[in-house]
Amino acid sequence: MFRRLLDWLEDRTGIEGAVKHFLYEEIPASSGWRQVFGSVALFAFLVQAATGILLALNYAPAPFAAYDSVRYIMTQVTAGRLMRALHHWGASLMIVVVVLHMIQTFVWGAYKKPREATWIAGVVLLLLTLAFGLSGYLLPWDNRAYWGTVVTTEISALAPGAGPLLVRLLGSDGTSIGAITFTRFYVAHVQLLPPLTVLLIVLHVFLVRRHGVAPAPEDENLPRKKFYPEQVAKDTIAIFGWFAVLMGMAILARVPLGHMADPTDLSYVPRPEWYFLFLFQFLKWFEGPLEIVGAVILPTLAIVALILVPFIDRGKMKTVRRRWGAIGLASLAAIFWGGLTARAVATTPESREMDMSLVKPWQEISAGNLASIGFFRKAQCGACHVLGKSGTGPDLTLAPSSRPADWLEQHIKSNPKAPGTLTDEQVKMLAAFVAQRSAKSVDAWQNAPQNAVEGARIYLANDCGSCHKLNGVGDELGPALNGVGERHDRSWIEQHFADPPKYSPDSIMPAFQFRPDELKRITDYIMAIPR
Amino acid sequence: MGMALAAPAAAYLLIADDSKRRDNFVEAASLTQLKIGKPQEVSFERTRVDGWRSFQEKAIAWVVRTSENNVVAYSPQCTHLGCAYHWEESGNQFVCPCHGSRFSIDGKVLGGPASRPLDRYPVQVENSKLLIGSEIQKA
Repeated sequence: MFRRLLDWLEDRTGIEGAVKHFLYEEIPASSGWRQVFGSVALFAFLVQAATGILLALNYAPAPFAAYDSVRYIMTQVTAGRLMRALHHWGASLMIVVVVLHMIQTFVWGAYKKPREATWIAGVVLLLLTLAFGLSGYLLPWDNRAYWGTVVTTEISALAPGAGPLLVRLLGSDGTSIGAITFTRFYVAHVQLLPPLTVLLIVLHVFLVRRHGVAPAPEDENLPRKKFYPEQVAKDTIAIFGWFAVLMGMAILARVPLGHMADPTDLSYVPRPEWYFLFLFQFLKWFEGPLEIVGAVILPTLAIVALILVPFIDRGKMKTVRRRWGAIGLASLAAIFWGGLTARAVATTPESREMDMSLVKPWQEISAGNLASIGFFRKAQCGACHVLGKSGTGPDLTLAPSSRPADWLEQHIKSNPKAPGTLTDEQVKMLAAFVAQRSAKSVDAWQNAPQNAVEGARIYLANDCGSCHKLNGVGDELGPALNGVGERHDRSWIEQHFADPPKYSPDSIMPAFQFRPDELKRITDYIMAIPR
Repeated sequence: MGMALAAPAAAYLLIADDSKRRDNFVEAASLTQLKIGKPQEVSFERTRVDGWRSFQEKAIAWVVRTSENNVVAYSPQCTHLGCAYHWEESGNQFVCPCHGSRFSIDGKVLGGPASRPLDRYPVQVENSKLLIGSEIQKA
């Protein structure tokens, strides 16, 4: 029955024959582990396509909304954080495997006649992969994305002759980027590059099949073998290994989301993705009028040289152990790349930017509201008012209380569970909170950690709000405290409490002597408030 | 490997996001504005969470005060295919202009293609104020 179905399919489509033809292709006897990278690269592309489509289903391709939707994917959508991590690390690991594939081809000299076109298609695929990385970098629309892309467009402006045209093509006005650039990067990333890449992959694979896998000189007198099963098994194992690394990274390594792109945030130090860091560092060697040499001329020459490799090295196939030139060049390139990358990493200042995908609602409400949650807990209101359920008293998370303020205050004061635990001022604040609370404070009410609530209480008890603004509440005599943990480290903040003028010479802030546990709590609290 | 990708992908697509799908009541009217036994179209502002967006929007309910302290609020869409229906004073019934479904004042189907009674908003009456919840309850 099954056989008949297959025969019918074969007769009408020829698919069985095609698969057999594909699997039983003859390959040189020396083929083995070193040829697995092409298959892994193809698999990596498929993973990127699949995760990319999934992300696009919850993504808003417009500036500002893009940021909110990425944060939504990371914080609300089931498995959304994993999906973004797979796409993010998948991109990096795809670059790794594509470059390994190229190094292997280069070192073994597999680009030689008649495989020049295969090599060139491969170089173009490498460039397309890098273009994916470059265009995708902007799409989360956080500061990292924004400032990284500003640098990219500025570099393209340096191109001799074509600079202004390129800048216009990228939708930039030369100094900043906005909706037009964003949309063009998005279109490039999801509409132009994918079909181009598929086309090039088809061409590349077609050429590989046409000329066959490149033999080594030692293959001459050995019988050829079939692609299936040995090489297929090796490819599959390599794909498995690659995927295991990807899954591990996606689960264990955090992909941060910074603050929303802010063109006025001049404190942000942009850095490109790790595989472009060497170029970034390389640019530092070229000053003034020489800038164009490092930014445009040398990279262009490098790409041209890469394309011309099969025409420069036209000698006969040699065994890999005697390809000293190729091994030397590849090693030099690796040392050059590694050295520059290491230098760039070493000179990158440590970022204190908060990961906005980890910010919880309690970090975004006023200190007064957070402290009121503390009063609610302290007076044991939750014994009757079970949050999220109907208890003895009404569920207060459903609606702001419509009772008049004096009724609420009297009700809180006369509560039988813990009478007299709150001061009049605290009762007033709790009554106001219950009557006005927002969706964010409801979440905080149920989930804020007690340490943070204590921190807010200390903040309130010391009247910090009479000089400082925090989450929109407070005066502006002193600097706003949102993001203070990104501007200063913990020890600075702790010591500043004890002796403000020592750290800020013009400060009129009085010194505060906290008990050690109080100092820790209030510092924890203000450091947790995002910019 | 397929499972390792397909399982999170299925969860990603099929399991609702964890933004709390819970009722949030807002004040819609004062009871003194509502006459017993007479349906009224009441509009109110509510916060709607739509994916990554959260915004205020106008919502409509057909409200019937059934006694001194009891109120029902119907979703303004016909249970057949979602058209907006209206109250027909002369026939003492709700009538849908699309396919002619008719409902009584207590929401039951009187005729036409609709197969279930009108959907309701949860309501609470507190201090002579009518609070309407956000999650429509299907009959």
